[in-house]
Amino acid sequence: MSVGILILIVLGLALLGYFVGRQRALSKAANEGRKLHSLPSYYGQFLALFTAVPALILLAAWLFVQPMLIESHVSGLIPDSAIPEGGARSLVMSDVRRIADGLDALMEQGGLGEEDLTRMRADLTNIRSRLAEVGIALGSNVPVEVFDAAKTYRSEKNTGSLLMTIAVLGLSLASGGWAFMRIRPELRARNNSETFVKALLLGSSLVAILTTVGIVGSLLFETFHFFQIYPAKDFFFSTVWNPQFRGGSDLGILPLLWGTFYVSFVALVVAVPIGLMIAIYLSEYAGRALRNLAKPAIEVLAGIPTIVYGLFALITVGPFLRDWIAQPMGLGTSSSSVLTAGLVMGIMLIPFVSSLSDDIINAVPQAMRDGSYGLGATQSETIRQVILPAALPGVVGAILLAASRAIGETMIVVLGAGAAARLGLNPFDAMTTVTVKIVSQLTGDTEFASPETLVAFALGLTLFVFTLGLNVLALYIVRKYREQYE
Amino acid sequence: MNQMTEVEQKAVEMLNEPKIVARNVQVYYGDTHAIKDVDVDIPAQSVTAFIGPSGCGKSTFLRTLNRMNDTIDICRVEGDILIDGEDVYDPKVDPVQLRAKVGMVFQKPNPFPKSIYDNVAYGPRIHGLSRNKTELDEIVTSSLQKAGLWDEVKDRLDAPGTGLSGGQQQRLCIARAIAVNPEIILMDEPCSALDPIATAKVEELIDELRENYTIVIVTHSMQQAARVSQRTAFFHLGVLVEEGPTEDIFTNPHDKRTQDYITGRFG
Ligand SMILES: Nc1ncnc2c1ncn2[C@@H]1O[C@H](COP(=O)(O)OP(=O)(O)O)[C@@H](O)[C@H]1O
Ligand SMILES: [Mg+2]
Repeated sequence: MSVGILILIVLGLALLGYFVGRQRALSKAANEGRKLHSLPSYYGQFLALFTAVPALILLAAWLFVQPMLIESHVSGLIPDSAIPEGGARSLVMSDVRRIADGLDALMEQGGLGEEDLTRMRADLTNIRSRLAEVGIALGSNVPVEVFDAAKTYRSEKNTGSLLMTIAVLGLSLASGGWAFMRIRPELRARNNSETFVKALLLGSSLVAILTTVGIVGSLLFETFHFFQIYPAKDFFFSTVWNPQFRGGSDLGILPLLWGTFYVSFVALVVAVPIGLMIAIYLSEYAGRALRNLAKPAIEVLAGIPTIVYGLFALITVGPFLRDWIAQPMGLGTSSSSVLTAGLVMGIMLIPFVSSLSDDIINAVPQAMRDGSYGLGATQSETIRQVILPAALPGVVGAILLAASRAIGETMIVVLGAGAAARLGLNPFDAMTTVTVKIVSQLTGDTEFASPETLVAFALGLTLFVFTLGLNVLALYIVRKYREQYE
Repeated sequence: MNQMTEVEQKAVEMLNEPKIVARNVQVYYGDTHAIKDVDVDIPAQSVTAFIGPSGCGKSTFLRTLNRMNDTIDICRVEGDILIDGEDVYDPKVDPVQLRAKVGMVFQKPNPFPKSIYDNVAYGPRIHGLSRNKTELDEIVTSSLQKAGLWDEVKDRLDAPGTGLSGGQQQRLCIARAIAVNPEIILMDEPCSALDPIATAKVEELIDELRENYTIVIVTHSMQQAARVSQRTAFFHLGVLVEEGPTEDIFTNPHDKRTQDYITGRFG
């Protein structure tokens, strides 16, 4: 039985449980002449939850554990002799899985019976051609051991899922039945439901946290691999980025970091003043009607996909800067440049700065403004000398968040600044950033164990550390600022 | 003997001339008519208290005197308000200049998130009242002294003003208002967020300031009005019911509503 159907059955049972539980609570209360502790629907919920949740948890755990157990068992069955020279056990295992799938497919369409399969032998039957019938192409003839392993794999898998179906349905019925027995008028079904909601919310936040931990973990793991085959000193301090897919590459991060910071810097130089002035205008000068119109209109900028910004950089801004500024001034002939990417990215970041700063400026208490006006200050004096200093930490937080966004940006850089790693000061030169190189190192047809591909993880981790640092700093500053008025 | 020269006559008139004269003042918030037909004279160098139940328009009327209501979009003021004979709402009058002359202290102490020194120096800096650091230091020192805060903060002028206690913050706000050298100080329930000891200090301070400033104070405490003010005005539902010397209002009110309020029958 497929997992989807199993889940549907469990959910169906839970739905049934809801009505049964509700009914039982009502009839028990009527029989015993007592008042229900909770509303009837809570008893339904109680039964439904006990029917579905433990069973679904078991299902999830089973789906996670079973493949691991079978893999390790089956891969132990394959002798070293069956592994081709220079190949890996994992490659053979993937053959095993494909053959097993193919056998399943054959049994469905090709009229292959269970007994036929037991009789089928790799040295006698032409497995390759039979499997080709159902669209499974194998590179070479199948060794006997591999075929046997595939057969075991298949049968263990089938047994496993049968057991799983029984166990899941059994647990669903058992815990549902147990809950059914417990339904009495004095059962505090409402409080139980509360506990469940709490657990659900906690679980959801755990998912987010565990995902982060998982991402960092995998990055760390691969980065560790990378530093085993490539010296960390060269990675962090070499000024040359020159990957060769034949080996012997220079993989210095400095030109990429430089490009990242240069482009982000230009972007912030564009975004921060404009965004801040927008925020000041909206929060202090604009009337309510204009503000209600302008704020969402500006936030639309944040909703434009970055690839569209990239196209804008490539087709409009890049050539414009080249033809009207760089070439006449003799500063360069490339339409991809730091300035192109930086300007366009700056436009993208404007709503980040303006929207957050607007909220922060609005949060400065009216009493501050009154105090200043009451002393005979004009509006702009009040803004410059009271409101902005009071809002400064929050605004800095907003800017740092925008900066971490800029550092992580990829598409605009690919299309706007090019892909040439370069350490230079001329803003009209093409440069590139860490993110762009992560993409380009991973797209291509190379082995996944070479320094040229693994470097992507080291780059990713470095980037992660930077943006995480910025975010933590930003959050810290913003929180600090909140405390000031609470 | 009781023949006065013309000059003397003029001088006496000047002295008797009220500092603030309000005639037929109406204030609207959108469609709400918050202040109705208020006429009042406020003498110089004295403390005038506005009392009345909450929501009767005391703050609103107070804020018309330095045009703080201009900062509220929906607020509209009609009628005449004269300070030293000059119409405050005349188009020629710059509200910013006006507010330097008519300082204000608010209900909740609202020091800026700056140092104590910078809080007091804020106004003088904006209005260019000092030519150098020494002069500014003098202004700050004397303002803090006048506000009775100097001894408590002289060693920590660089500490943030927001770190002071509530009563100290309010006196800092008074010092901040004094520092721009106003002629009138408006105070909107300056003690309502303070404990009794801090309140007593501020009241004492108000009494001292009367020598040099014209003070208008809104209060919901009748005892406070009785303690600090020379004249009292009683507002009710946007109307100025009765106004006169404080003793008269408290001992011999003419209007039934004033009497009821003073004897605690409503409010
Ligand atoms: N900013 C405002 N917008 C609209 N109505 C206001 C505003 N401020 C005060 N009011 C209204 O004006 C009336 C007088 O308020 P206020 O002057 O604050 O009274 P008081 O200071 O005597 O308690 C009240 O009815 C109040 O609701
Ligand atoms: Mg008030």
